[in-house]
Amino acid sequence: MIWLTWRQFRGSAALMGAVLALVGLVLVLTGPGMAAEYSKGLSNCLANGFCDRFYNDFFDRYQQPFLGVTLVVLVLPALIGFFWGAPLITRELENGTHLLVWNQSVTRSRWLAVKLLVIGLTVMAATCLLGLAVTWWSDPLDKSAADGWALMSPLVFDARGIVPMAYAGFAFVLGITTGLLIGRTLPAMAVTLLIFVGLQLAVPMLVRPHFQAPISANVALSGGNVEGFNRDPGGMGLKLRDQIPTDAGAWVLTNHLVNPQGRKLADGEVFPLTPEGDKACTPLSPSQVGQGDPMGACFAELNRLGYRQAATYHPTRSFWLFQGIETGIYAALTIALTWLCFWWIRRRSS
Amino acid sequence: MNSVLVAQDLGKRYGRRWALRDCSLEIPAGHVVGLVGPNGAGKTTLLKLAAGQLVPSEGRLTVLGGQPDGSASQLAKVGFVAQDTPAYSGLSVEEHLRLGARLNPGWDAELARDRIAKLGLDPRQRAGKLSGGQRAQLALTLGLAKRPELLILDEPVASLDPLARREFLQGLMEAVVDHDFSVVLSSHLVSDLERTCDYLIVLIGSRVQVAGEVDKLLSTHHRLTGPRRDHLPSDQHVVSATHTDRQSTFVIRTDSPIHDPSWAVTQLTLEDLVLAYMATPGRVHAGPTLEVQR
Repeated sequence: MIWLTWRQFRGSAALMGAVLALVGLVLVLTGPGMAAEYSKGLSNCLANGFCDRFYNDFFDRYQQPFLGVTLVVLVLPALIGFFWGAPLITRELENGTHLLVWNQSVTRSRWLAVKLLVIGLTVMAATCLLGLAVTWWSDPLDKSAADGWALMSPLVFDARGIVPMAYAGFAFVLGITTGLLIGRTLPAMAVTLLIFVGLQLAVPMLVRPHFQAPISANVALSGGNVEGFNRDPGGMGLKLRDQIPTDAGAWVLTNHLVNPQGRKLADGEVFPLTPEGDKACTPLSPSQVGQGDPMGACFAELNRLGYRQAATYHPTRSFWLFQGIETGIYAALTIALTWLCFWWIRRRSS
Repeated sequence: MNSVLVAQDLGKRYGRRWALRDCSLEIPAGHVVGLVGPNGAGKTTLLKLAAGQLVPSEGRLTVLGGQPDGSASQLAKVGFVAQDTPAYSGLSVEEHLRLGARLNPGWDAELARDRIAKLGLDPRQRAGKLSGGQRAQLALTLGLAKRPELLILDEPVASLDPLARREFLQGLMEAVVDHDFSVVLSSHLVSDLERTCDYLIVLIGSRVQVAGEVDKLLSTHHRLTGPRRDHLPSDQHVVSATHTDRQSTFVIRTDSPIHDPSWAVTQLTLEDLVLAYMATPGRVHAGPTLEVQR
């Protein structure tokens, strides 16, 4: 049975192996250089005491491969469910070969169990390896991520650590389940994709924020959390980044500027400035800036007055906790679907 | 007498539609049994139930003394060659044999190899490239090399040309002679069965119309032609009757000789016999069929 499963699977396995080997090669070739560049640049900028510009430049330089690699890890589980899970049994049903194989001296349950184990474990091992390799590779990038690409933010989190493995295992079993229930390949593929993508959207939006109580904090203003400002005759307005300066990987859930009285200001809302503030927050010409923070004086004055970023967020240190909980949720779903598959195949009318 | 298959009030329902209902029959061991009937009679459903591919919705079914429950031991005893003789198009002939060897404890590798060699099939040929007849032979080889006690074939030759059909059935017959096992073979073409089967079951609308050894059926069924008449002696069971103004034609079954000189008595071919039963689908011969089975 293992031989048959492997014989039917080896073509797709070779294809996946080749793709993963290619991705792995690229990661291994570029990773160390990138890490060296990161630590060198970081020690340079730390000497100046201002690293925002370095982070931005570094991330910008590698944004393309960062997005590419992240996308590969995001899409792979869906592809596995779509192309491997859904057709695994419907192909047999459509070609009538289930009548051949289900009449050998092997029970259907055993047949399904071997298929599930051999292919499922291969899939999970491969995606686990890929997930961890990408996590290793992108570590410098995740540390300097621009807002929106923070490590804990939904899209990036989904493509790091061990959750890709959980997604892939789930997508594979989901494909088999829909295939068994529907019995035809194309509808099963469509339903698999629909359910999987729906879940991939629903969990980060509705469930994941509640894995842990988020941290609420009032954070001092700096280049790390202020994206830009506009001067106005009446004072100035600030536009905040969805980022915590001390924790670049944090997942920011809510984000506001509060004035010294504790009132939340709308994005870009203009507030009056003191004469000192007005002076400090006048933009400097590049020649006056040098290597330091061009807005340092302004932020110092605003912080002195009591303006703060009021944010709730999940910190980067919760990364593995969240990975564990998410993996657990998907593992439970996978086990439930597996049980459904076995129950169904026993009573199925072919 | 040993039975390979006993069905009692067997039924299988798909949703609200009954594919087979109230089917009771008994198939004796040691025969090549032909199961004939029109499309939709429930032949395929009955055979799939017997092979353990389906689970009955009602009634009881015993195959080789066990329940066809899909357990490994039961599966090992019953071979099943499905309609259209499916095979994995991506696997070679050799790999199909390997599949059989891996998945069946009682696999007869020698038989399989010999058959493939005798058929002149290239072991490295992919099943997808085989002709219909070759694929059917491959499926039959898988079924035979499993060395089942009962081999079930569902319309195995329906899609084959006459030559391939003859070769297939010949191969089957040779295997039956060489290795002692029972066969149940369904078809809607009686001519296929005439050369192969020594036992016949006519199934119409889930009901057995007639069942018995072919020789016995042929010797007890007669066609009577003579002047118009509406009634026959009570020991003559009427299978079908057609009348013109002056003449009557009956197909009857009887164990006694026919003495009435006004009848012209002719022998029936197996096909005539089956057609006579098929022409009267409304009638259920539940009781009398058992007489013939003895």
